[in-house]
Amino acid sequence: MTSQTQAARAGAVGNFDRALLLNAFADAFRKLSPRLQFRNPVMFVVLVCSILTTLLWGQAWWAQAHGGHGEAPAGFIFWVSLWLWFTLLFANFAEALAEGRGKAQAASLRSSRKDVVAKKLAAADRQAAVTFTPSNELRHGHFVLVEAGDPIPGDGEVVVGAASVDESAITGESAPVIRESGGDRSAVTGGTRVLSDWLVVRITSNPGESFLDRMIAMVEGAARRKTPNEIALTILLAKFTLIFLLACATLLPYSIYSVQAAGKGEPISLTVLVALLVCLIPTTIGALLSAIGIAGMDRMIRANVIATSGRAVEAAGDVDVLLLDKTGTITLGNRQAVAFLPAPGIEESILADAAQLASLADETPEGRSIVVLAKEKFGLRERQLEASEAQFVPFTAQTRMSGVDLAGRSIRKGALDAVEKYLDAAGSHMPPLVRRMAEEVARRGATPLIVTEGSTALGVIELKDIVKGGIRERFAEMRRMGIKTMMITGDNPLTAAAIAAEAGVDDFLAEATPEAKLKLIRDIQAEGRLVAMCGDGTNDAPALAQADVAVAMNTGTQAAKEAGNMVDLDSNPTKLIEVVEIGKQMLITRGSLTTFSIANDIAKYFAIIPAAFATTYPALNTLNVMHLATSRSAILSAVIFNALIIIFLIPLALKGVKYRALGAGALLRRNLLVYGLGGVIVPFLGIKLIDMLLVLCGLA
Amino acid sequence: MGRLFRNALVMLVLLSAVTGVLYPLAVTGAAQLLFPHQANGSLVERGGKPIGSELIGQVFSDPKYFWGRPSATSPQGYNGQSSGGSNLGPSNPALTDAVKQRIAALQAADPANHAPVPVDLVTASGSGLDPEISPAAAQYQLARVARARGLNPTQVQALVDRYTSGRQLGVLGEPRVNVLGLNLALDAH
Amino acid sequence: MTGNDFLQLGVYLAVLLLLIKPVGAYMAAVFAETPNRVTRFGAGVERLLYRLSGVRADEEMGWKRYALAMLLFNVLGLLVVYALQRLQQWLPLNPQHFPAVSPDSAMNTAISFATNTNWQGYSGESTMSYLTQMLGLAVQNFLSAATGIAVLVAVARGFSRRSMASIGNFWVDLTRSTLYLLVPFSFVLALLLASQGVVQNFKAYVDVPVVQVSSYDQPVTDAAGNPLKDAAGNPQTKPAQLTTQTLPMGPAASQIAIKMLGTNGGGFFNANSAHPYENPTPLANFLEMLAIFLIPGGLCYTFGKMVGDKRQGWALLATMLVIFVPLTIGVIAAEQAGNPALHGLAIDAQASAMQAGGNMEGKETRFGIASSGLFAAITTAASCGAVNAMHDSLTPLGGLVPMWLMQLGEVIFGGVGSGLYGMLAFAVVAVFIAGLMVGRTPEYLGKKVEAYEMKMASLAVLLPCALVVICTAVAVLAPAGVAGIANPGVHGFSEILYAVSSASNNNGSAFGGLSANTPFWNVLLGICMFLARFPLAIAMLALAGSLASKKQVPVSAGTLPTHTPLFVVLLACVVIVVGALTFLPALALGPIAEYLMSSH
Repeated sequence: MTSQTQAARAGAVGNFDRALLLNAFADAFRKLSPRLQFRNPVMFVVLVCSILTTLLWGQAWWAQAHGGHGEAPAGFIFWVSLWLWFTLLFANFAEALAEGRGKAQAASLRSSRKDVVAKKLAAADRQAAVTFTPSNELRHGHFVLVEAGDPIPGDGEVVVGAASVDESAITGESAPVIRESGGDRSAVTGGTRVLSDWLVVRITSNPGESFLDRMIAMVEGAARRKTPNEIALTILLAKFTLIFLLACATLLPYSIYSVQAAGKGEPISLTVLVALLVCLIPTTIGALLSAIGIAGMDRMIRANVIATSGRAVEAAGDVDVLLLDKTGTITLGNRQAVAFLPAPGIEESILADAAQLASLADETPEGRSIVVLAKEKFGLRERQLEASEAQFVPFTAQTRMSGVDLAGRSIRKGALDAVEKYLDAAGSHMPPLVRRMAEEVARRGATPLIVTEGSTALGVIELKDIVKGGIRERFAEMRRMGIKTMMITGDNPLTAAAIAAEAGVDDFLAEATPEAKLKLIRDIQAEGRLVAMCGDGTNDAPALAQADVAVAMNTGTQAAKEAGNMVDLDSNPTKLIEVVEIGKQMLITRGSLTTFSIANDIAKYFAIIPAAFATTYPALNTLNVMHLATSRSAILSAVIFNALIIIFLIPLALKGVKYRALGAGALLRRNLLVYGLGGVIVPFLGIKLIDMLLVLCGLA
Repeated sequence: MGRLFRNALVMLVLLSAVTGVLYPLAVTGAAQLLFPHQANGSLVERGGKPIGSELIGQVFSDPKYFWGRPSATSPQGYNGQSSGGSNLGPSNPALTDAVKQRIAALQAADPANHAPVPVDLVTASGSGLDPEISPAAAQYQLARVARARGLNPTQVQALVDRYTSGRQLGVLGEPRVNVLGLNLALDAH
Repeated sequence: MTGNDFLQLGVYLAVLLLLIKPVGAYMAAVFAETPNRVTRFGAGVERLLYRLSGVRADEEMGWKRYALAMLLFNVLGLLVVYALQRLQQWLPLNPQHFPAVSPDSAMNTAISFATNTNWQGYSGESTMSYLTQMLGLAVQNFLSAATGIAVLVAVARGFSRRSMASIGNFWVDLTRSTLYLLVPFSFVLALLLASQGVVQNFKAYVDVPVVQVSSYDQPVTDAAGNPLKDAAGNPQTKPAQLTTQTLPMGPAASQIAIKMLGTNGGGFFNANSAHPYENPTPLANFLEMLAIFLIPGGLCYTFGKMVGDKRQGWALLATMLVIFVPLTIGVIAAEQAGNPALHGLAIDAQASAMQAGGNMEGKETRFGIASSGLFAAITTAASCGAVNAMHDSLTPLGGLVPMWLMQLGEVIFGGVGSGLYGMLAFAVVAVFIAGLMVGRTPEYLGKKVEAYEMKMASLAVLLPCALVVICTAVAVLAPAGVAGIANPGVHGFSEILYAVSSASNNNGSAFGGLSANTPFWNVLLGICMFLARFPLAIAMLALAGSLASKKQVPVSAGTLPTHTPLFVVLLACVVIVVGALTFLPALALGPIAEYLMSSH
């Protein structure tokens, strides 16, 4: 994706301010439904408490209107009740806001999922009989013909033909991509559009199960299930809630007894008990828990990665080993010629000239780089060779050489062993010195190409992998995070070792075959580690299916996409690193806010306990270290603080706690200081401030 | 489940025999052999007959004796069959009243003494059988005892010193005076 | 606090720390899976026991079978103790001819001793025959302690094993903790105590003539032995002469040794370790205190060794000390400061070379403030419950600390075995929160902490908390509960809170003023003790079973280190925060209010 489209996309989603805020506001009320609240034990308790205080208020109001009195002054109950409702609404608002972003994107995705009329073919043949069928009736295994201008009616695989396809609806990338039968670029996605030529596509998904459907469900949060850590955290929060519920409920008998024992004061009122309860239970994290999860998925989406489950996102944070393909991830896609190494007695310019001639027709990036190097070093201009005088010998799997025959000259270039065989066949042999030069090049991590003319070896071209700028630093960062990086390459071990050293990866797998890759993943997993990898080809599919976090490139095959648990729409293998960070960030945000939430309780105790029991034991006022104005203002301040802190933390929940690539110990120390110690101190200040404001407003 | 039940039952019988029969018998045998005096209650004899234990205090309320710690056992103080403390809470008015009464009793027995009373003389011990008082408490009573017995205070002081032990191993516990031993020594003097 | 107060604490900690490693290493050998010098030594006796009881020593148990064996064994033991008490009048070794114990009291005592609580509603020297003491109570002192250690060892195996379905054999763990650990250690300690003056015999009580005859008011009883009351409701008395003193006897040393080593705490005599025959000298007191922490402390080292990383054990021990030391200083300082209610009276409570000073109500002269305060902290940090001073008479803050140490879940050393497995439950919760904060699925000692572990660990952490708050509420609401209160006002609430906290954390110590030998209290506390012990142990075994079946996650830079000072502080904070957040309101209505009122 270009930076412009990324910015545009971010704009589209980021531009939620007004419309999204309004929607979220409305949703906050809609989400008050007890059925929804029941899923979150913490907030369900708040709902029950809100209803209870509202009833108490009604009772007190009625009693006061008839000359009696409720269990506390109606005005006081009203304010407590109001802020309890706000607490709920703020929590709902946070969740709605997090969902809102996803919904906006889902809407734009849905617009591309219009039902179209597909040209259903009787067989996998362009000439077969066509029946016009609505796309929602297409089933797995049907064949359709898609011609220039047609939208592709469903996910599938190209079986015949090649065409350029506009996939911007899915990826946001406006440049068309080529889709063709066979190979790794055969997958097409429903909702994209063929721009030129035609394709015969075998449909691979049933209606409602397509990639687009899954993506919409994902971003909308409809398919969101609680992730394992979220479940564990919910259990912990539920247990905490239960124990606070018991601690608060039993305060009533304690208070009644104490009033009898001390012979003075009033038992604690239900309103104060409820206020204390809501302040103590971890409402902050309870309110923001689902927003954090949704926002984590959302950050994935904004990184243009579609995860098929929240579980996968969370697993990303746990990854111990990253398997990275060398080509395209660690090195620039292509090797480049960096030097001509002539055989003894051969001028370097001769070698360069022959190398250039042999590469003129070679359109591979390596070939182009040889031509460029010859031009840079010796000013050898690209020559136009007429087809009549020159005959190009293309690279074949049998000869594993390419070259040119012209004017009696027969120039070849190829790998050492291939050229050796070629020279032996020609009755000559590879000079030992050239062989040694070639081996020397290989040892440096570069690739040697031998250039011959006739039966003479002219020398070696050194092709080098160019390690991407900045990648070394990224790997160092990974190492600090405790993640091991492993390079996967088809190169021989010598070359692989040299590149691995240059790129700073921890380990490598050379001469990798799909089987070796799969075995490697299994071995790592057997040690108890989690593996992340990315891949695109059909032969990556088994490894992708085995890996714990598997990012499939969107340009890849359908098989790869099915096997992975994430799809990178940008098809950028480096994205894996970002995915890991997003996963970690989500967990860190949850942990930090849990700590903050629990740490808050200390200050709330100091606000509420003296206030609640001061009539029985006035000496307890010594604990009113914040010097809050009155009992009521103290309780109200704590409740208001408890509600407002949710609003203040929504941006943090949505953005996530900033992740720093530090070791676990340093990270823990930092987050404990900020969210643990901060969580102890902040409410003291906040509650005092609110109390002062209440006094100013005359509400104390 | 059947086998588990048998395991549990037989295990319980066997381990009960080991820990409930063999073990206490072995300890008794060894203790009686090695430390017969201590194992049988550290009894103090007068005229060949046991008159008490070094470790168990007795009631002394006569001015000629050193008084021990107040005892909260019932119905009488220093009841060997019903050890225990007063269990009065720190804020219980009954505790303050009891302390006031004890101060008054001590002052009544020694009206000339206007020194503040050492705290252990007016607070009940934990066991109700505490055989000892602090050296400060002994000093507080020294003049009274000497006067009641017509002895020179330095003579009494010498006896007090004899029955005073310091911290065990120089560190542990507190210095203390054995009241029964001291009073018996006074009687024997 | 005086210099000697600090010195006694310092000496205690130094000696304790010196003993941790040898004792811990010895226990690791006892429970090692491969035969070694230690286990070969008693192999013959072991084999005999197994053959007679039909135990297959090499049979590995899954957590459910392990838990079932544990439960079955303990319930059987409980029934035996109950039966012995109910039938003691027909059984031998009852020289004082004590009658059968009442059903509710017998039930309470049976649960109490089987759960390692050793709460004593009865008075030892006037209730239990020697046979009941030996075959019932003393046996359970051993077996409940051995059970705690066995469960801990199984939990440790949960952490150390990989992808296995079993966590050991309960019978083997039980037998080994009894034979190799508790019996020999107790034998040595019993003799050391006897040398200091703890009685050990099977004689009848000795009557001696007193030196000074005195008079006292004797309560008048009717023919059935019930006290008679006058018209105003006061007990009727008649003046009586006190001419003899009865000195109690019995096999005390053997029982006291295991009472301490097994963190049982049930005294042979009513005054427990305040009784001069139970704790005659400061050295005996020191040995008893040492015995309380010896096995719980040593097990930290054993645990570290079993999971293959001793630093983990030291970290857990450090966490315990981080909480223990300041709180101990708190008790001693509060007691040394004296009782504010007595300020202004003509008394001298100043510490000096001549006296300990401070709050001496309920304390013994030989122990003074330092040895009493230290003992109070140790006995409640560990779930021992023996007392050498009357906790009811501690100053408000001095009483707050023991109460709170129990409410923390008895994990600061705690009961033998149970303290450490309780601490491990806290560690799992701490690791979970901390793990999230470093961005990984939390793992402890290489085992991933997931929803199931969270469920079991938080159950273990919160069950005692729930029992305390609920049962305290029941007791203050019930007239029969409030009837037991001895001290008026705010302190009465503390008595109830202390009793329920003690039972719900299997401690057994009491604010002794509370008259708890009534059907209401016997039943309520019996329920607390039972629920705090067995469900919690089963939850931990379930946790162990789940952990044992997991793979071991190798350590990387991203792994949260759990042996660092940072983690020690975090774990201590989690323990304190759970304790503080749950009990602060209740404590505010008890000792805190009492303190603030008395200091005003």
